[in-house]
Amino acid sequence: MSTALLTDLVIFVLSLWVGFEVISKVPATLHTPLMSAANSIHGIVLVGAMLIAATANSWVGYVIAFVAAVFASANVVGGYVVTGRMLKMFRKRSTVPAAPAATAVASQDGRAS
Amino acid sequence: MSGFSFATQLIYVLAASCFVLGLHLMNTPATARRGNQFSTAGMVIAIATTLALIAHAGLISATGWIVMLVGALIGGGVGLYSARTVQMTAMPQLVSMFNAVGGGAAALVAVHDYIQLSGAVIGVPESTTITTLLDVIIGSVTFSGSIIAAGKLQGLITSAPVTFRGARVVNLLLAAIAVGAGGYVISTPSLPALWIVIVAALAFGVSMVMPIGGADMPVVISLLNAFTGTAVAMAGFVIGNWALIIAGALVGASGGILTKLMADAMNRSIANIIVGGFGTGDSAVAAVAAADAGVKAIAADDAAIQLAYASKVIIVPGYGLAAAQAQHEVAELADELESHGVDVSYAIHPVAGRMPGHMNVLLAEANVPYPQLKEMDDVNPEFARTDVALVIGANDVTNPAARRPGTAISGMPILDVDQAKSIIVIKRSMGHGYAGIDNELYANPKTSMYFADAKTALADLTSAVKTLVG
Repeated sequence: MSTALLTDLVIFVLSLWVGFEVISKVPATLHTPLMSAANSIHGIVLVGAMLIAATANSWVGYVIAFVAAVFASANVVGGYVVTGRMLKMFRKRSTVPAAPAATAVASQDGRAS
Repeated sequence: MSGFSFATQLIYVLAASCFVLGLHLMNTPATARRGNQFSTAGMVIAIATTLALIAHAGLISATGWIVMLVGALIGGGVGLYSARTVQMTAMPQLVSMFNAVGGGAAALVAVHDYIQLSGAVIGVPESTTITTLLDVIIGSVTFSGSIIAAGKLQGLITSAPVTFRGARVVNLLLAAIAVGAGGYVISTPSLPALWIVIVAALAFGVSMVMPIGGADMPVVISLLNAFTGTAVAMAGFVIGNWALIIAGALVGASGGILTKLMADAMNRSIANIIVGGFGTGDSAVAAVAAADAGVKAIAADDAAIQLAYASKVIIVPGYGLAAAQAQHEVAELADELESHGVDVSYAIHPVAGRMPGHMNVLLAEANVPYPQLKEMDDVNPEFARTDVALVIGANDVTNPAARRPGTAISGMPILDVDQAKSIIVIKRSMGHGYAGIDNELYANPKTSMYFADAKTALADLTSAVKTLVG
């Protein structure tokens, strides 16, 4: 077993423990954004896709690198944007609900007519 | 190691630290947005470093640049569009698709590495072969399994469990082929055998998820999320990149924790869910008559008065609420009740949705402040002090039968709705939940049944409160 593999394994196992420790403190309210955030983090595979694009030298290699780049960048961009979108909705106090009030009036009108 | 590559490894560790910090800040809703920003910064740092690394090495061909940049633009565009336009009810599908592409990309990284190495004179080191195989198998299973899961959630594939005679034999056979061909690849480096591994793993992903029902999706998505993280970490082993190893391990841990929490909330083992069981999908039994003895029906006006004159109301939303798209109506009713001085909160069961925490996001979107969203363990002691528990579209998670042994849901943690002074259940019919058993809560003398579609019922309740109580 090479030293490099051993180092990688140590990093992997310790990161797993850090992950367990940090994530077990996340409240259930945030579990969907948490999973979405974890999703964006595994978009780091884009780094791998870039590195294989840099070493590809056959058409098979280019096709694989291209598909990997498409997949990984969809993962990164989509993951972060949708996590941000979700977290923006979590408010401590409800802001003046302009839109729901309007629909309430509309639905009452609808019944009255 | 040259000075430059030493520096880049250090910067990768910095990026990974941003991910850890970002996840840490997710422990309260108040800091969560900052967490996402930290995590994004880490990702930007990692990508910029990789660009610098590639440019510095100078080995990349012009075609390589084009492939990378065009691919990133297309993928980024698709990701941005889907993230901007997705409905919150469709979040589980989107998350599942991100799992699919993440796992797929991780598998492709290893495949490419294997092709390069097998063409080289030195051949493939054995340890690399093992991590390559793990990456390819886990990544491929995640890819096809997540696509099937997304299809089921979107309703493109039936959400009912799809099983046939001998399905288990097929599963075992596919696993045996993948492992067997993998063993051959270890003993004799062979690209064709690696392709066999990939095809068998892809088929296994399909046959693994097909028999799983809609109600079990929170577990499946969490499990596939853990798989994706592990596949990405394995890709990190293959190409020797710490950023991938650390990030992948973090995601693996996160997915693992959520899988365990979801399985516990349904009182089922992960193995039991994967083998396939009663998660029979959305049972739309609409026409069952409410003729059962001992069941008391209630009309909108009576229910409205009961709610408006209560001092404490707990709303118990289930997936039926989301299916009826009634999140905004329930928030409106809650606002109206609060304006009459009623203390309103929401009791949320861990599996009240199609993915972990799904219901919270749906209610947050409807402007419900998060301090009102209460977890099962926190809210259960409060039911005894509650005047009215309003159950909307939740069934099995409120069934007191879970406390007795010998029923289909025995041992499942439930919301103690029956402890409330009175209970109103909004439901279309007396139809069963996923477990397919009668809900004893409905026969409770304290319970009144309001038979209606959730969306209409809630709108009617709100206007009844307005007109009757002013």
